[in-house]
Amino acid sequence: MKDYEVIIGLEVHAELSTKTKIYCNCSTSFGADPNTHCCPICTGMPGTLPVLNEKVVEYAIKAGLATNCEISRFSKQDRKNYFYPDLPKAYQISQYDLPLCIGGHVDINVDGNKKTIGITRIHIEEDAGKLIHDAYTGDTLVDMNRCAVPLIEIVSEPDIRNADEAVAYMQTLKSILEYLEVCDCKMQEGSLRCDVNLSVRPVGQKEFGTRTETKNLNSFRAIHNLIEFETKRQIEVLENGGVIHQETIRWDDAKGVGYAMRSKEDAQDYRYFPEPDLAPIVLSDEYINDIKNSLPEMPHIKKERYVSEFNLPEYDAEILTASKHTADYFEKATAACNNPKAVANWIMGDFTKMLNEKEIEINESKVTEENLASLICLIDKGTISSKIAKQIFEEMFETGEKAEDIVNKKGLVQISDEGAIKEIVKKVVEANPQSVADYKAGKDRAIGFLVGQIMKETKGKANPQIVNKLLLEIINN
Amino acid sequence: MSISKEEVKHIAKLSKLNLTEQELDKYTNDLSDIVNFANELSNIDVDGIKPTAHILDIKNVFRKDEVQPSYDREQILKNAPSKDAGCISVPKVVE
Repeated sequence: MKDYEVIIGLEVHAELSTKTKIYCNCSTSFGADPNTHCCPICTGMPGTLPVLNEKVVEYAIKAGLATNCEISRFSKQDRKNYFYPDLPKAYQISQYDLPLCIGGHVDINVDGNKKTIGITRIHIEEDAGKLIHDAYTGDTLVDMNRCAVPLIEIVSEPDIRNADEAVAYMQTLKSILEYLEVCDCKMQEGSLRCDVNLSVRPVGQKEFGTRTETKNLNSFRAIHNLIEFETKRQIEVLENGGVIHQETIRWDDAKGVGYAMRSKEDAQDYRYFPEPDLAPIVLSDEYINDIKNSLPEMPHIKKERYVSEFNLPEYDAEILTASKHTADYFEKATAACNNPKAVANWIMGDFTKMLNEKEIEINESKVTEENLASLICLIDKGTISSKIAKQIFEEMFETGEKAEDIVNKKGLVQISDEGAIKEIVKKVVEANPQSVADYKAGKDRAIGFLVGQIMKETKGKANPQIVNKLLLEIINN
Repeated sequence: MSISKEEVKHIAKLSKLNLTEQELDKYTNDLSDIVNFANELSNIDVDGIKPTAHILDIKNVFRKDEVQPSYDREQILKNAPSKDAGCISVPKVVE
């Protein structure tokens, strides 16, 4: 078999977190009853006039500046024509030849290797409605609440070469958009999703192969799996002497299979033309500079600061800054307990594991920053052992109770009183003469057993350093 | 003919229109006339003239991002020929 190179470009759609839709004052909030956030403008009634939301322009420019794009001083909107029941006007207002942002790039990191992915353009457009299949009647129901929710589409250069790079690129964009607070990036709600354009070519061939497009992938897993699937499929077709057709693929993530939807004969012809109802967007240097100056600290800068200000390893800093929620949480908790490394360890360890299991973000957790900080203070002061702390944390995670309250309620205060511990150590040593003999015979593992017995006697509350010290003193006497 | 019958078929398909052979011939003629008429513009010398993005001399017409009440759902769905569960109901399109 020949060696193949995979060429991937992503079109990422991000719903902007404006309060209102792109051309009318209807709310954009998610989850309302169907067709209750609608008006004649967003449902495409004749004779209505769309007026552009100023925040949409501002947010799109923020995204453009944060991804190193050139911001167009002159830009316009166009109609993209197609018939589908989720699009009441039968055209989508988008941008064709003069998008707001052009020619940027982002740096991604895959297993420690840096790579730059080019960004062709970012343009503004409106989202379509939602179609719901009614299993009972067999009809399709149209909910227009999402019609005209503002989107930016971020189009990458075909610089991506495999599934890991695609996921890293998507994660990087997600992180940037979260930091900018221009998109809530809830992928499961569809507010951040992407289309994957993919082709393969034998290594050394100059021309790109024929590409397929897979639309609306809304999880990192789906992006990864689709790319692995489609790469394998295309190579198999070519190896068997077949040809790749330019077509749209629908990805069924549950089944792990892609299906061809439209073939080339039906290729869409969108007949773009300038939107006569909307005025051109003309931006001054001053306006763009004001936005530039308002940008928050971006993840890569924050990461460097964490290394220098908190003395964190680069690895920790990278993980903590990948999501704005995590970074905000880390900074708040650190300010409250002044132990950045401990906060980092908690966040990167059990906490993340538990969040992943529950499929929630850190800011949705019941454990507040202050509560994690006070748990860490309890360990630092020696009030509880770190082993007990893990148990307490699990309970905090489930109930949202304060660490101190759980410690008091359950009597989990660490025993650091040498006299009390000494009694227990003596008792355990007397009860286990064989282990003591084993230890004296050079079997170091026997000491672990004895420590375990002591901890069992004290329900894990004995201060482990004191236990170790006293145990060795008593045995060696 | 500045427009071919095939092109008319394609446009009809995109517009979800079914045309008879007779209608196809008629529209091929009519649309050709329209395109020919518009093509007159190509004879004008536009050297040094900026492309027109909008016919009016306006720019930056924006509104504030402030929520106002939407319409009642009954109003929004009033003209729908078929509705169900607060939605417009259409023939099956979801696969």
